[in-house]
This record gives sequence, C-alpha cells and structure tokens, in this order.
Amino acid sequence: MLRLLKPGDWLVALIGTTITAWLFATLWQGHAADKAIVRSGGKIVAELSLAENRSFLASGPLGTSRIEINNRRARVAEDPSPRQYCVKQGWLSQAGEAALCLPNQISLELTGAKKLYDSLNY
Amino acid sequence: MTRSIINIQTTPEDHRIARLAAFAIGLSVMEAVIPSPLPGIKPGLANIVTLLVLERFGLRAAVWVSLLRVVAGSLILGTFLSPSFVLSFSGAAASLAALALARHLPKSWFGAVSLSIIAAFVHIAGQMAVVYLWLIPHAGILYLAPIFAAAALLFGTVNGLIVAKLLGEDEKPIHARTRLSQS
Repeated sequence: MLRLLKPGDWLVALIGTTITAWLFATLWQGHAADKAIVRSGGKIVAELSLAENRSFLASGPLGTSRIEINNRRARVAEDPSPRQYCVKQGWLSQAGEAALCLPNQISLELTGAKKLYDSLNY
Repeated sequence: MTRSIINIQTTPEDHRIARLAAFAIGLSVMEAVIPSPLPGIKPGLANIVTLLVLERFGLRAAVWVSLLRVVAGSLILGTFLSPSFVLSFSGAAASLAALALARHLPKSWFGAVSLSIIAAFVHIAGQMAVVYLWLIPHAGILYLAPIFAAAALLFGTVNGLIVAKLLGEDEKPIHARTRLSQS
C-alpha cells in the first residue's frame, strides 16, 4: 500500500495533519482571561484586572460576596447564597468562564482579548 | 398531425460522461444511507469517481461528472435546491477549482492521494464558508472546523489510496507490459 504514495503525497498529508492540529489547538483551546467583571443584579459593579491579587466585596440582596483574585485566576470566595454553587465552582481562569451566585444576584465573569464561544447560545 | 422527432446528437464522450456520472450518483445515494455522527461528515465516495475521471479523461469531463452527480443525486435524494443541495454544490465547485490547479502539480511527486486530500480540505472549507456566510453567521461553527478537518484528512487519504489503487499507481509500467506479453 505504501507504493501508492508518492513523496509529495506524504508532504500533502503532513500539511493536512498540521492544519488539522493547528485548528484543534487554536479553536478548541480557551483563551487566557485578563479581566474579571463583577455584576450585582445585572449591573457591572467592578472590572478587576487579573494582574494584581486582591479581594473585592460585592453586596447583593442577601449580603456580601467576596471575590478573590490570585495568580491570574478569580473565584467567589464567600457568598451568602444557600447552595454555594458559585463558591464550589472554584477558580476561573479562562475567558468566557462565569460563576453565578443566586439568589444573591452576584456574578463573576472573566473576559479576555478574545471572547470564548458562548456555549449557551451555541 | 405532424410527427416531430427530437433527435439529440450525442457523442461517445457524452455517453461516457453519463455512465461515469451514474457511478458517482450511485455512490452518493449509497453514502446517504450511512449514518453520520455529525451532519457534513461523509466519506465522499463519489469523489473517487471525480478523481478517476480527472486523471483519465481530463478536467472538462470531471466537471461534468461532478456537477451531474450533485444535481441528479439531489433529485434522487429529494434535496434539490434545499440548503443541503447548495452545500454539496458549493463543496463540489470549490474542490473542482482546487483540482483544476492541483492537477498541474508534477505527476512524479504528487499522486492521487495528494489531489484527494487537497480536494477534501477545499471541499469542506468551501462548505463552511457558505454555511457561515449564508446559514449560520455565528463564530460558533468554527468550533466544528477541527472535526471537519480531521474527517477531510482521513477520508481524503483513504479515497486517494483507493483512486491510486484503481489507477494502478503501485504497478510499475514494466509489470503491465510483462503481464500483457504473458497473456
């Protein structure tokens, strides 16, 4: 079967493999985030750079949520919501990732230079 | 009442193109039965015929066979003028355009496998362009591009190997001659 392939065929197959691998690498990989957007009741209350480590307190109807930024990642460290989903979600580091704290109406969303595809819409 | 006889002059080439197009149509109908995990991923068996025709009878015949296959195949499958017809037409047109260029690659270096892989990639690229510009103008379809590219690589290679085998590219000309003299 190898005799069916000419030298150029290997080259074309190699180029095809490279294109495929490149598409996987660029389109299937999240992009690093550089900003965290904190919303309360849908309104933006803070846009925090991920470059500096800090904590931010956001107040919602139930109480205060503490957002923490550390080592280019962000998380909701404390939240008064009963189920604690957004806290359990842990560290977010990719652009497009988000944590929603309900019913305290606090959300944390990471954005980057490129926005990741919206998996809900998609 | 006058009898009118419509007589269409056909050449042997017309007959040949019709026969080859029938082969290609048969393959695309067979292929439509194969379930696919993702719409758009198909082995593209009819392209085997297109490549064989291109190699044996030239570009003009390949264009005829390919376009006849798209139109008649869609009539049989009931997709004529539907989005899937437009997609298969644009894929076929894109890969024919690529083949028109790629066939000028030096024959001793680039065989049927090269042409098949190039055609498969351009085929899906043309289709994705149409999908993006016309059907789903959302960057989300780019998410599927790696899968389509992987399928193009796989099926392009397999179809190319089949074409190379059918063209007898693995046999040296001397073999063919000895076999002839033996018979």
